[in-house]
Amino acid sequence: MTVLTHAFTPGPIVASGPVKLTLLEPVARFSLRLRAANIPTVAKALGVDLPTTVGERAANGTTEAICLGPDEWMIIAKTDDTDKLVSACADVYASATHSLTEVSAREITVRIEGDRAAELLTIGCPRDIDSIPVGGGCRTVIDGVTVVLWRDADQSFRMDIWRSFALHIIDLLYTGSKEFAAE
Amino acid sequence: MLLIHCPYCNQTLPEAEFTYAGEAHIARPADPSSVSDEEWRDFLFIRTNVKGPHYERWRHFHGCGRYFNAVRDTVSDRFLITYKTDDPRPELSKLLEKSK
Repeated sequence: MTVLTHAFTPGPIVASGPVKLTLLEPVARFSLRLRAANIPTVAKALGVDLPTTVGERAANGTTEAICLGPDEWMIIAKTDDTDKLVSACADVYASATHSLTEVSAREITVRIEGDRAAELLTIGCPRDIDSIPVGGGCRTVIDGVTVVLWRDADQSFRMDIWRSFALHIIDLLYTGSKEFAAE
Repeated sequence: MLLIHCPYCNQTLPEAEFTYAGEAHIARPADPSSVSDEEWRDFLFIRTNVKGPHYERWRHFHGCGRYFNAVRDTVSDRFLITYKTDDPRPELSKLLEKSK
């Protein structure tokens, strides 16, 4: 059963029960790749730290960064800040070569929260959810689809899903949360 | 499910996040036009297909995305070590001693 359309209108998907699902508002997303020597310069331009351990996060106001690989970060910001971040990075490009690619339209984000949120993720995620610290995150897989998982609280997660896979994953989470509710 | 240590993430993670990527330490000839057809065939297709400890490449596909090398026993499926792609090839005798 499809609970969403490709319009991805933000709002609740499952509003009550042991796990609540909410489709979040669009944000600006950037994929950032650079060499270690250029981290301080680009971090200063973005106004957010760039952690160097895979899975660690940093935030400054509404701008967030997560380290996804040894030379790869995902930057999340308010949609209004898109131009500011792009031009700030362009200004330091000559001294700190990097690749900043806007991927805002590539993904949508679902909030998964409630008493059994971590348990719901085990429906398709092989990683030990308990090993993800609060305030950390990771890129992992759920039912064959690569996603970025952000753990904001013990039982509150954000999941960034590529749009073309999102209906499938959201349907899966929807079914799982309905099964919890029916227990 | 196998648990594989990613040397870049420095975490031991489920096999489902990884993909296998063939035998490791196979260098492309520096000057392909100077090698014979047989040597080129060997480079492209001929693999050791060992029974026992096997040097192989894996990719942390649903994670950091990096390729790395591993030594896995093809009989027991046990990983003896995983290491970064630019690390030297570990001596098998030392690995076997350590795993005892």
